[in-house]
Amino acid sequence: MGKRTVIPFGPQHPVLPEPVHLDLVVEDEKVVEAIPQIGFVHRGLEKLVEKRDFQVYVSITERICGICSFGHSLGYSQTVEALMGIEVPRRAEFLRVIWHELSRVHSHLLWLGLLADAFGFENLFMQCWRLRERILDIFEKTTGGRVILSACCVGGVYQDISDEDLRGIILVLDGMKSEYNELLKVFLGDRSVKSRLCDVGYLSKQQATELCVVGPFARASGITEDIRNYGYGAYGALAAFEPVVSEAGDGYGRSEVRALEVLQSMDIVKELVEKIPDTPVNVAPKGSPAAGSFAVSRLEQPRGECFYYAKGNGTKFLDRFRIRTPTSQNIGGMTTTLQGCDLQDVPLNVLTIDPCISCTER
Amino acid sequence: MSSTIKSPWLIHYDASSCNGCDIEVLACLTPLYDVERFGIINTGNPKHADIFLVTGSVNERNIGVLQQIYSQMLEPKVVIACGICACSGGVFRDCYNNLGGVDVAIPVDIYAPGCAVRPQAIIDAVVAGLGVLEEKRAAFAATGGKLAEKPVLASGLSSANKIVDGVSVRDAAFTKAREASKALASVTDRQEGANND
Ligand code: SF4
Repeated sequence: MGKRTVIPFGPQHPVLPEPVHLDLVVEDEKVVEAIPQIGFVHRGLEKLVEKRDFQVYVSITERICGICSFGHSLGYSQTVEALMGIEVPRRAEFLRVIWHELSRVHSHLLWLGLLADAFGFENLFMQCWRLRERILDIFEKTTGGRVILSACCVGGVYQDISDEDLRGIILVLDGMKSEYNELLKVFLGDRSVKSRLCDVGYLSKQQATELCVVGPFARASGITEDIRNYGYGAYGALAAFEPVVSEAGDGYGRSEVRALEVLQSMDIVKELVEKIPDTPVNVAPKGSPAAGSFAVSRLEQPRGECFYYAKGNGTKFLDRFRIRTPTSQNIGGMTTTLQGCDLQDVPLNVLTIDPCISCTER
Repeated sequence: MSSTIKSPWLIHYDASSCNGCDIEVLACLTPLYDVERFGIINTGNPKHADIFLVTGSVNERNIGVLQQIYSQMLEPKVVIACGICACSGGVFRDCYNNLGGVDVAIPVDIYAPGCAVRPQAIIDAVVAGLGVLEEKRAAFAATGGKLAEKPVLASGLSSANKIVDGVSVRDAAFTKAREASKALASVTDRQEGANND
């Protein structure tokens, strides 16, 4: 048995886009234990709900995380709408899902790029980020923002997308698809990529169930759980929805799930654009959430199931707003995959759960 | 003109940003904006870096990390605050765990506002930073490699340890620095829109 050493990993580390600190207890080259320390990005956004009008707070929820920003504003709006019994116009629901799915494409492309960077495939990283810019162009055209969209509001969405622009989106996605398929071949078929990812960070289905992991991380271990399956918002209008699942349970499985979800999201956007009804896009909320009322809602973020809770107190300020983010669920899974792994696999293991620290810490 | 500014190396640290600005910083390095064509390279090692890009605001937990990275960078160095959070605390200004912009921890040379900061603004800021870098280098060379004065760690702060040790976090100097960043915030508020109040 080798001597035990503690290696600090982070908060500032070349492979980490976000600050998280891990104390890696190693024996020779093997990690025996990983102790996470968080708190570097904590701002206290849940508390801010007491100081901001419930309609203004939408812009704060967007800034919980810049990658899933649209998702958080959507989750918050859904919750407050449930709280106040607001019926959202149908077109707004479609537009929300379109933006949300586009965010998923951008988030997964971003992650695939970072993954490629982590195993040293610089070219692939650049290609993923090059493709991702097309989605950002769509965002910029339809909302004016590249990462913070400010499109969602309580009662619907702020602005409509014209039918012409919707057709434009389809054209962009169609154009991307052939290029993306080329990348897909590398991610899923390339021998060197496979040998870097296969059997790295294995998590069995049983472990995944016991640790309550969510999202692509869970789906890569064979759990068929996807909140979109329950048909919230415009997802109910889809002809069919089948979650992408892999049985592999390792780094390869996780990249496979996310890589295929990109294609799935593109198809969802296409289908919804064809079916989109013609109604107004928002209704003005009347009054304030009633005292003592509370509501919950769930949402499938790019990183997994996200849970929202809001409680009203009769004024225009909410009493409490709470989020349970996917990454906080997945940290347990991450530390499990880190136990017993080789030191050089640590960055890859941390990355394959697609951690979003700023969501987790808020 | 020295060789330094022909190929400045960057280090990026996410203080407590929402990721919005981080991914824009990364976007600058990737094909569409591609700052590598100017010789700018992203590095993870503070000792190799000339320009320090900070996104997000400062809190009690990361203030020490920021100062640590800053002190590990070799002279001459330039600090760029990217995004409104880094400039003044921005959207999170009223949060309980927010001390303000990056300038409460380390001296900032260039402010690049925006929420999220646009890649164009980052590139502009880096280019402006090159001018500052050249000035600092010239001054540094003129003294024969000695610092002209002891580095001051923040506007009005005499020593960084005061904060890091957590003894007198909110002493008078600190409050002063915070006031200054608030004053800046009121200016930048307009760019942020009326969203906040
Ligand atoms: S300035 Fe805006 S986008 Fe940038 S880190 Fe702050 S909240 Fe996020």
